[in-house]
Amino acid sequence: MLSIKDLHVYYGGIKALQGINLDVKEGEVVALIGANGAGKTTTLRSIFRLTPIVKGDIYFYEINLTKLPSYKIASLGIAHVPEGRRVFPNMTVKENLEMGAYLVKDKKVIEKNLEFVYNLFPRLKERQKQLAGTLSGGEQQMLAIGRALMSNARLLLLDEPSMGLAPLLVQEIFSVLKKINEEKITLLLVEQNANMAFSIAHRVYVMETGKIVLSGPTEEIANNEAVKKAYLGG
Amino acid sequence: MVDILQQIINGISLGSIYALIALGYTMVYGILRLINFAHGDIFMVGAFIGYFALGSWNLPFALGLVIAMIGASVVGMIIERFAYRPLRTAPRISLLITAIGVSFLLENLMVLIVGASPRSFPQSIPVDIYNIGGLILTNRQIIILLISILLMILLQFIVMRTKIGKAMRAVSQDKEMALMLGINIDSVIAFTFALGSALAAAGGVLVGLYFNKIEPYMGVMPGLKAFVAAVLGGIGIIPGAMLGGFILGIAEILVSAFISSTVRDAVAFIILIIILLVRPSGLLGKYMREKV
Repeated sequence: MLSIKDLHVYYGGIKALQGINLDVKEGEVVALIGANGAGKTTTLRSIFRLTPIVKGDIYFYEINLTKLPSYKIASLGIAHVPEGRRVFPNMTVKENLEMGAYLVKDKKVIEKNLEFVYNLFPRLKERQKQLAGTLSGGEQQMLAIGRALMSNARLLLLDEPSMGLAPLLVQEIFSVLKKINEEKITLLLVEQNANMAFSIAHRVYVMETGKIVLSGPTEEIANNEAVKKAYLGG
Repeated sequence: MVDILQQIINGISLGSIYALIALGYTMVYGILRLINFAHGDIFMVGAFIGYFALGSWNLPFALGLVIAMIGASVVGMIIERFAYRPLRTAPRISLLITAIGVSFLLENLMVLIVGASPRSFPQSIPVDIYNIGGLILTNRQIIILLISILLMILLQFIVMRTKIGKAMRAVSQDKEMALMLGINIDSVIAFTFALGSALAAAGGVLVGLYFNKIEPYMGVMPGLKAFVAAVLGGIGIIPGAMLGGFILGIAEILVSAFISSTVRDAVAFIILIIILLVRPSGLLGKYMREKV
């Protein structure tokens, strides 16, 4: 479904990504873990062409994303839940969700998606008229995920959905992610919280300083001694 | 008492024109973080298009107004496309200096085309004067106020309810996120310029009607004052620009009536200094704290 091939991204003299290769198959949950500054966020942002790509290609099925302008990428069925949620603070919850469905022309489909999102996150329905900037961090995360789902996306990119949230909320968000995956939506998940990531991922990539250093099925990575030491607290 | 009321009425007419111009400043600032110093000159261009539409082609007033608005939006979009868009990733100061350059360009281009001397605006609506309990009201004042309010309601509807309006707000709050949702931000920005320029042009035609005189430098002072109005209300906030425009118009007329008309132009800038000292975010502006 998604295939990143030998991707190099440089910020001036800083080599943020040095030849990333990564594949995501339809229906999978793939986790990308690594320390701060390893290049996880840069990898996700590159898919939307928001980084200076020096070399390499990103394919979504047969389409080379590196040849498209950023605003065309959503229309292929990819949605991003970015780091820091980035909801529109001065728009209401409902307007934020409507913006997620910006490219959906059919009003009935929008209604259906809205219902789907409200079912996943009943809290958003209660607060639909409230400005998104007044929501709590957890609610904003729900809104960011909901907004991404409004677009009929087949592939969801999630950047640290657990960041800054209380453990109970993290559990709630991840159980919803699992439900979303059961709806045949593919997930590419960037996480610092490796334990949570492993709980839903089928496969895992481990990044270090701009390179993929390890990849494989979750059980295999979770039992790797080096990974245990570095990411799972011993 | 009647005297004060009379001056307030005059102030509201003037203020509604400032408000129309201020809206364009505030919308462009909201979306590009650019103080578009050429905006006052778009107002002037709009007045001249209206002048030719009404004077040379003898069109009815409403039609002339609409043509001026359409013409100015085209000019606004051309400016955005060729002067500002190439600088989308440049430092903001380059954009600001370019805006000042565009302002000079428009003024001098107009001098080249029509000459520098003032022209009297076609009086396509004859003046009627009403006397209501000692208050003098002209039909032109009423028309100015009605048209301004109608346009503001229309704008508010576009921004709050329509899809393109919502996209405008999304782009002004987070461009990158808007891109990721599939919004073509270049066309949204072009639309914003078109909308702001149309409102400025309406202001230009109404000023022509009210003061009966237009010239290529007529946009400089109203442009600056409308900028102050936008800052007063809270730059980037649409209702703020309306409020700021009315306050500024009323303040200016009251000062020139009861203190001295020689300081009339100073009022706006005294207000600007005070607002920057006391409440830099403007009357309706507020700081939103970030959630972690």
